[in-house]
Amino acid sequence: MADVIRIETPFTHEMVRTLKAGDNVLISGVIYTGRDAAHKKMIEALARGEELPFDIREQIIYFVGPTPPKPGQVIGSAGPTTSGRMDAYSPTLIGKGLTGMIGKGLRSAEVISAMKEHGAVYFGAIGGAGALMAKRIVSAEVIAYPELGPEAVRRLEVKDFPAMVIIDSQGNNLYETGKAQYRQS
Amino acid sequence: MKQIHVSEISDAVEKLCIEANYDLGADIMTGFKKALQTESSPLGREVLERLIENAAIAHEERVPMCQDTGMAVVFAEVGQDVHVVGGSLTEALNEGVRRGYEKGFLRKSVVNDPFERVNTGDNTPAIIHYDIVPGDKIHITVAPKGFGSENMGALKMCKPSEGLEGAMNFVVETVDKAGGNPCPPIVVGVGVGGTMEKATFLAKKALTRTLGQPNPEERLAKIEQELLERINKLGIGPQGFGGNTTALAVHLEVYPTHIAGMPVAVNINCHATRHQEVTLEGRNE
Repeated sequence: MADVIRIETPFTHEMVRTLKAGDNVLISGVIYTGRDAAHKKMIEALARGEELPFDIREQIIYFVGPTPPKPGQVIGSAGPTTSGRMDAYSPTLIGKGLTGMIGKGLRSAEVISAMKEHGAVYFGAIGGAGALMAKRIVSAEVIAYPELGPEAVRRLEVKDFPAMVIIDSQGNNLYETGKAQYRQS
Repeated sequence: MKQIHVSEISDAVEKLCIEANYDLGADIMTGFKKALQTESSPLGREVLERLIENAAIAHEERVPMCQDTGMAVVFAEVGQDVHVVGGSLTEALNEGVRRGYEKGFLRKSVVNDPFERVNTGDNTPAIIHYDIVPGDKIHITVAPKGFGSENMGALKMCKPSEGLEGAMNFVVETVDKAGGNPCPPIVVGVGVGGTMEKATFLAKKALTRTLGQPNPEERLAKIEQELLERINKLGIGPQGFGGNTTALAVHLEVYPTHIAGMPVAVNINCHATRHQEVTLEGRNE
């Protein structure tokens, strides 16, 4: 396994610039959750001139909708959802200072261009390893849109949360380079 | 006539929903371990190891492997010589889903309407496929389907002139476009023939076959093998990080079709390919 880079949040622009596609990272600190419905509400709030439910500058959003916690659990299973569904919303949030996103799957050219322009990183977590990742979440609190249930915005405190840099702030993309390296057709 | 009470059906479905989400199939675990031997990417092998670790945690701690615990797809093969008593069969299946998702702390991911999108709160309704079969038993398969992979499916109404090659190209292109989205290593269900809905049904049904069990017809098993080889040359690899394990298996089902058509459906499943089944025996009245 390649060397692991430890990241503490807030995820500063300085840190953003040091990461390269293919880097293996462990994230610790506070991150926020959001999926389709929460993103839509955040973008609508901005359009109305309102504030976002949390200060997004130099923060990381994790695209996840966890299962309900069992008694005694901090959070249920919590792996990444498909990021492409957030493509319509991410460029606006990146423009507002968001520096990190954690999800799985491809991103649009518009998202990558915003990441390059403002400085942001797209991390991949292992899709389907929700039970494993829940163990790296030490606290969870709903801070906005509780009516959305699993889609509500949560403030998570994570410790050594495993992720991979998929797209870095220069636009290098592990999905393209990894595939090209092993493609035989 | 033999009888089965609806309460027995609901109890069985409740259990199947929970087990399908907590316990990785032995066939899939074997697939992961085989892939670990053949995967040439170090990142790819690491993903496979983490998936094995995740399955162990879910099994031991009785928690879902994945937060997308799916929309419940139910295949019910109902013997024509059995009588369901005590209520509606469809309601009994939905009641089992309702209880399984509540008691198992599974995520409720179903919305009431594609446009209004209000969560139904209990993960119902299930998608139920009935088949009337000979005998006096009911065979139930529950296959919770996550939408990271479901969204990557596709149907093409191919022209007969496109032939086998055209059908195969469409399958490979569909997987290539999906990239890392459906959580590879995937299982690819392919349905060819029939009408448009028959082809998509066959593709879905193919995903419930034991992993890697070839189609019993040799010419079709050869096509499955060739598709798997072509897909694993795409380079997508585990989670799309690059590698030669993009799919664990391709399962192909075919059906007679019309002189003017060749529907080809591709239904992709994630690496967990959850499905659990049970046979309920009818009792004498």
